[in-house]
Amino acid sequence: MIQYTDKIREIAGRLLKDGTVEVFIGYRKGTVPMMNEPVLIRDPDQVDTLHWDVNCGLNLCNYLTRRTEKIGILATGCNSRNIVTHIIENQIKREQLYIVGIPCTGMVDHRAVKRAVGGKEILSAEQQGEKLIVKGADFEKTFEIKEILQSNCAVCRHRNPVEVDEMVADPVPEQEGVEPYKDVESVEGMEPRKKWEFFTRLISRCLRCYACRNACPLCYCPTCFVDESRPQWVGKSNDPTDTMTFHFLRAYHCAGRCTDCGACERVCPVGISMRQFTKKLNKDAEELFSWEAGLTLEQRPPLDVYRPDDYNDFIK
Amino acid sequence: MTGGASLENPYLPYPVRIDDIVVETEDKNLKTFKFVFLNPEDEEKFAYTPGQFAELSVPGKGEIPIGIASSPTEKGHVTFTVNKVGLVTTHLHNMKEGDVMGIRGPLGNWYPWEEMEGKNIVIVGGGFAFTTLRSSIVYALHPDNRPKFKDIIVVYGARSPGMLLYKDELAEWEKRDDIHMHITVDATDDPDWKYNTGFVPAVTEQKVTSSENAIAIVCGPPVMIRFTQPVLEKLGFPPERIILSLENRMKCGIGMCGRCNLGDQYVCKDGPVFSLAKLKNLPPEY
Amino acid sequence: MANKVFSKDAWLEALGGLKEHYRVFLPLKDGDFFTYKPIEEAKKIHFDYDNTRLSPKGLIFPQSERMFEFSLDTQDPEANILKEAPKDDSPRAIVGVRPCDAHAVGLVRRNFDNPEYRDPWWVKHVEAATYVGLGCNAPCATCFCKSVGGGPFNEEGLDAMMVDLGDRFLVRALTEKGEEFLSRVQGGEAADEEVLKEARELAQKVTDEMPDTVPTGRLKDLPVMALFEAPFWEEVAFACLNCGTCTYLCPTCWCFDIQDEVYKTEGIRLRNWDSCMFPLFTLHGSGHNPRDQKFQRVRQRFMHKLKYYVDKYGDGVQCSGCGRCVQFCPVNIDIRRVCGLMDAYEPGA
Repeated sequence: MIQYTDKIREIAGRLLKDGTVEVFIGYRKGTVPMMNEPVLIRDPDQVDTLHWDVNCGLNLCNYLTRRTEKIGILATGCNSRNIVTHIIENQIKREQLYIVGIPCTGMVDHRAVKRAVGGKEILSAEQQGEKLIVKGADFEKTFEIKEILQSNCAVCRHRNPVEVDEMVADPVPEQEGVEPYKDVESVEGMEPRKKWEFFTRLISRCLRCYACRNACPLCYCPTCFVDESRPQWVGKSNDPTDTMTFHFLRAYHCAGRCTDCGACERVCPVGISMRQFTKKLNKDAEELFSWEAGLTLEQRPPLDVYRPDDYNDFIK
Repeated sequence: MTGGASLENPYLPYPVRIDDIVVETEDKNLKTFKFVFLNPEDEEKFAYTPGQFAELSVPGKGEIPIGIASSPTEKGHVTFTVNKVGLVTTHLHNMKEGDVMGIRGPLGNWYPWEEMEGKNIVIVGGGFAFTTLRSSIVYALHPDNRPKFKDIIVVYGARSPGMLLYKDELAEWEKRDDIHMHITVDATDDPDWKYNTGFVPAVTEQKVTSSENAIAIVCGPPVMIRFTQPVLEKLGFPPERIILSLENRMKCGIGMCGRCNLGDQYVCKDGPVFSLAKLKNLPPEY
Repeated sequence: MANKVFSKDAWLEALGGLKEHYRVFLPLKDGDFFTYKPIEEAKKIHFDYDNTRLSPKGLIFPQSERMFEFSLDTQDPEANILKEAPKDDSPRAIVGVRPCDAHAVGLVRRNFDNPEYRDPWWVKHVEAATYVGLGCNAPCATCFCKSVGGGPFNEEGLDAMMVDLGDRFLVRALTEKGEEFLSRVQGGEAADEEVLKEARELAQKVTDEMPDTVPTGRLKDLPVMALFEAPFWEEVAFACLNCGTCTYLCPTCWCFDIQDEVYKTEGIRLRNWDSCMFPLFTLHGSGHNPRDQKFQRVRQRFMHKLKYYVDKYGDGVQCSGCGRCVQFCPVNIDIRRVCGLMDAYEPGA
């Protein structure tokens, strides 16, 4: 995928020069290994800043909200689905966007790599084709990228963008036979008490820094319920009840809207797997409504429509 | 209870009892609370100067920073006029005489009283921000203090006659000849209204004729401050002699919690009173 | 001051024996990273971490701390009167502190312990603490303590310092508190000149080899308003998520919020870490917010650390160079780069 960089620069340069877009949102190479920084380019002469590799795991859709310019944006499968969701939810207009599609084979889980080198400091991590060469002061290790993918990427079923104006390359084959909800099923199988213990342990380290919420493109509310003060729904201390309330309510707000892009987990400074919450709701949306978020501009998510002829009785 | 704890712990409020509540304005959103210290010795510790504020502490709801409306020359109580805007103030408005709560302070700096000695004082106030100006007027008019100052000129405006604070006192001050009152309202259809009509900046321009040997203290909503500032500058007030009082969101009141800064200055500790000259060299984050 | 040398096993055993004198906290492995915990929770003690994910500031300035307690029961004659919440300020030893995190305590002290006000809890918690440092034999690539007035073996803020000499630890007392700590540690032998020399040479070598990467020299002379109005803030802030990671992980960020919580008729007033990244931090009751936009909040964080603090105290930046925000900012906003932009800024150029 690293070869996309040149193509991205070329496309962005062209779009900015010919006035198709006023700004272009992509990534630049980070200052530390396995971290890239989202960047906004206005000047066609600056496009060489743009960079692409397996460390572009944030969700750029997050940067669209409340912008007024004509925007060029990179979009992988999941990012494009969030753009679709943004359009459906009136956060941005389709006409305002020029979507540059990226066929994606997954992003590297920086924590898994660090774990695999025994927690030692990583001084560089360079992608070479399907491999990642990781170097530290006294070691060098080569990983097959497909072995160290983010866990959401490992079970991704929509690697190609769904809504694009232009692709940087031909689509990649979708993964066959993935079992996206295996971990959810194991939680579903737990006794209620065990389940509660599992969730309690899961969030016990939470700092309430809200990186997960702020990295999530779905969380665009001008004032989040945890920040409301009249009335104040949630306490501000690190009391587990309040922390749990935050995570549960946020997950419910994402029901039927989440694309499992993994940004929430990627950004968590203490490594919480909060996808355990959102994935259960994705599973429910799929089982109850045959719904996966962001695949089409033609249909609204199941939880934000009401129809008098709804076949479910409970809602009438 | 020993009051000494508060010297040790700047977060610990003095316990007070609500002695009296006066509804000030016709919309009933402004009430003046008169507090009496439960421990009489706390009153001495709460020695303040006009311009300072305190945190009113409503246990279970929180604290709010409010300018002190009484003058240190008024003994036996302290008063605060509170606008009902948020959680704490709404709760406070529902409290009754006899209820117990807390006051933490006095906090912040004060109007430059020493510098004002021997000078004319121009007081410009608008809306419910008149509270620390009321404190200042009562203080300056006190027989011990009045000789220290030359002319005292007050421009005070509210939206309508019913929205003026401290109406009885305003009427009294109007009668005196050692203070020049210019009360104004934005508009009124009251045929008996005998004072000015018009916005504070315009009335200031009309009534304040000279900046000579004068200091202006200005307290009001941001829009009033914004339009009064050029009027004062036109009258010849240098920025060093235009004194403003700011309101930022605050919590600790002692310069520790970090939220009310303008550059390296904290509104709660280094302010709330700043000269315009000082503000011009600080990030305008107020 | 006393110096003792311990074999690594003897040192670990000695730490276990300190319980009757101190509550001992030290970095313990917690999943993928290290975090300060009481020694009682230790399954295994390793002193081989780069640093802990969260700084030790939480031991002195907990994320949530009870300030006061009160009753709202109308039958209670003391209802609505705040009482200080009880605290455990028995002696505590914080062992294995990296020099940057100890240096940070001194930077934060200016906020909590100044001639006008003393924060009673912060002051008492620090007084109760003995900081036992661990010199950095291998500073990380993201570390820049040397650029901000510290160093990998900087002793400022520490009561004692451990030096890892391979199979042994040299532990040197640096203050009276450290002396007392060392006197309570069982075992070990007095260090001879050869060991001391070895440790000195190690410290010198590591310090000399560490690059000085972040320029700060011009910050104090640049006009505050020029930096405030500099053109780069929108660009610096673009990627920022306005999460609290940088502020919560930072050993020198001290901002907090005060909240009341009530259960039935029992109430508490507590303080919680807060963050200048959050819009609510400065939202005034009137609805006005002086730092309404993301770039204003990002600017505040960097200006506070690298300019306002510099101007206020005249003794360097409010950053100890630990590099946590560099490593863990989820969008890679790098304070080293921002400091470089600020320091190199030419107003009007």
